[in-house]
Amino acid sequence: MAEYAAEGKSPEVLFWVGCSGSFDERAKKITKAFASLLQKARIDFAILGQEEGCTGDPAKRAGNEFLFQMQAIMNIEVLNSYEIKKIVTACPHCFNTLKNEYPQLGGEYEVLHHAQFLQNLLYEGRLKVEGGNFKGKKIVFHDPCYLGRANDQYEAPRQVLSALEADLIEMKRCRQNGLCCGAGGAQMFKEPEKGIKDINIERTEEALDKSPNIIATGCPFCNTMLTDGIKVKEKSLQVFVKDLAELLNEAIN
Amino acid sequence: MEYLRSILFLAFAIGGIGLFVRNLLRIRRNILLGKKSNRSDQPSVRLKLMARIAIGQGKMMAKPVAGFFHIIVYLGFLIVNVELIEIFIDGIFGTHRYLGHIIPTQLYNFVTATLDFLAVSVMISVSVFFIRRNITKVPRLNSRDLIGWPKIDGNLILIIEFVMMFALLSMNSADINLQLLDHRETLGYFPISHLILGNAFSGLSVHSLIIIEKSSWWFHYLGILFFMNYLYFSKHLHILFAFPNTYFSNLNKKGQLNSLEAITKEVRSMMDPNIDPYAATPEGTIPEKFGASDATDLSWIQLLNAYTCTECGRCTSNCPANLTGKKLSPRKIMMSVRDRIEDIGKNINKNGIFIEDGKQLLGDYITSEELWACTTCNACVESCPVLIDPLSIIIDLRRYLVMEQSAAPQELNMMMANMENNSAPWQFSQSDRANWIHE
Ligand code: SF4
Ligand code: SF4
Repeated sequence: MAEYAAEGKSPEVLFWVGCSGSFDERAKKITKAFASLLQKARIDFAILGQEEGCTGDPAKRAGNEFLFQMQAIMNIEVLNSYEIKKIVTACPHCFNTLKNEYPQLGGEYEVLHHAQFLQNLLYEGRLKVEGGNFKGKKIVFHDPCYLGRANDQYEAPRQVLSALEADLIEMKRCRQNGLCCGAGGAQMFKEPEKGIKDINIERTEEALDKSPNIIATGCPFCNTMLTDGIKVKEKSLQVFVKDLAELLNEAIN
Repeated sequence: MEYLRSILFLAFAIGGIGLFVRNLLRIRRNILLGKKSNRSDQPSVRLKLMARIAIGQGKMMAKPVAGFFHIIVYLGFLIVNVELIEIFIDGIFGTHRYLGHIIPTQLYNFVTATLDFLAVSVMISVSVFFIRRNITKVPRLNSRDLIGWPKIDGNLILIIEFVMMFALLSMNSADINLQLLDHRETLGYFPISHLILGNAFSGLSVHSLIIIEKSSWWFHYLGILFFMNYLYFSKHLHILFAFPNTYFSNLNKKGQLNSLEAITKEVRSMMDPNIDPYAATPEGTIPEKFGASDATDLSWIQLLNAYTCTECGRCTSNCPANLTGKKLSPRKIMMSVRDRIEDIGKNINKNGIFIEDGKQLLGDYITSEELWACTTCNACVESCPVLIDPLSIIIDLRRYLVMEQSAAPQELNMMMANMENNSAPWQFSQSDRANWIHE
């Protein structure tokens, strides 16, 4: 972004990568897939790079409003200094925080989750799927809580997946009734409390009940949780956990 | 004789309604012990929401069996309220079915037949509920949150409703038989009660029929007064509170947690280089505590939520933490908040003001183990048929644990330390954020 600003230009959209997308080995693949799609669609985009900081979502949900607001206000200063108008992110937690919690602190942007952004690109014909790589494959989509229930976005990811011409199936608990992967609310960063089972195992079992070839996600945290679940269930060789951006990127040359 | 009956009727009415109003005012006072929160915006959106969810039972059909029978009981409840008008007129003036004399016969017949039909439908519905609670044991109605009074309460109310509806039937049936014996003029139409009880009553004398009719009428009337006052002790308060509770519910996106303004001020002044960091903060700008440790630290809306909770357990049965055996149950969170604010209220009733009782919501009623199991997934909020928000309470209690007591689990403290140092929850350097481009 700094380079754009130095040239006095502003990009069509800012790609907010997020901590997971920047540092987590698995999530970096999602970041790259999405960036590649943006390039294929000839979108003029920028990232903040070193100037991006955690949105503060896990701090806020853990109860540390103080730390959250420090993070938020620093990020807002950076975003506002570049006069950012439109943001897209592949992380529903960043999406929710930027969209719903930054405005009260002076950060007003048009914020889209990558599922919504990709849905638009497909709709406008800026991205076209050819080849039918996924014909006959069974894909089950796991609704991320922060995209679905938190922000009522149920159709965009399904629209993107249906462009793959695969066989899209639903779990028993889906959409409004979807089951959490177990990572939200800062759970990602700690051991779960005592119980009879981990949440990601419960959710993985539900997905496997549908005997899919692919479990599709739209959130790097869900991706990690379900990938772990698949490993525990020793299904890593049969079932793949993939972000919708990765799937779409594979379907477009 | 007649006016004695009227006086007795009025005495019961004044006593019963008076007690009811006093209890309602106590609840109102308890709710207002909560912190201020403004929910007076967008009245038309709120009215529509209330019309759809509370009046229209908009979320009940998410569970079709419970939803269907609940709607019948709800209709029965509405109609009984209409019937109350006649009960009062007859009770005060010693008349018999007064409305039947002043409204067109066709209409009166229609109303009485509907009531008659609903009474039986309600009896069937509450029987179904009783079976689901006690025989087929629907899990969400039999979990450990409900041991003790909540379970008795659930059954008691079903039994009360059953016998009250039965009183209505026996009254109607006795009335018909009196009409058939030409002891009464023909008024009203009661096909169902006649079908069910007609034979049992047909051989009885005028005298016994009158006794049955009158005592059923009184039983029904006293039952209503009793029921009204029972509400105070029961989850059935929701038949009143569902309306304000849906009206004042949260209109923001579920993902948006509230922002604490006091903190915004402080963070801004910390980050503002022009402000002397050592200057004393002016009095009154900092709240006495961040987050909530007791019920009175919650907002009045959260307390209204607690009184509205019907203990249906839809929230808990969808909670991922609860489903996987953790201690957290959003229903229990709501029940604990109500228990606590009730204890505070009783303390005030007894002492005039609140006298420290060495207890608080956090720790004595809700443990931190419950709180830390929450994934903030909003499944509880989504599933509540009366738009209760257990998650907001969980967050406020966590805020107290973290900001006042630094009592977060160790791993979360590490996560937060990383965030402070590197602007990321992990130990990575901020300067490496764009490394993925070259990998
Ligand atoms: S938000 Fe928390 S309490 Fe509510 S259902 Fe999800 S995990 Fe359970
Ligand atoms: S909070 Fe709502 S869903 Fe949960 S038990 Fe109470 S009324 Fe039912």
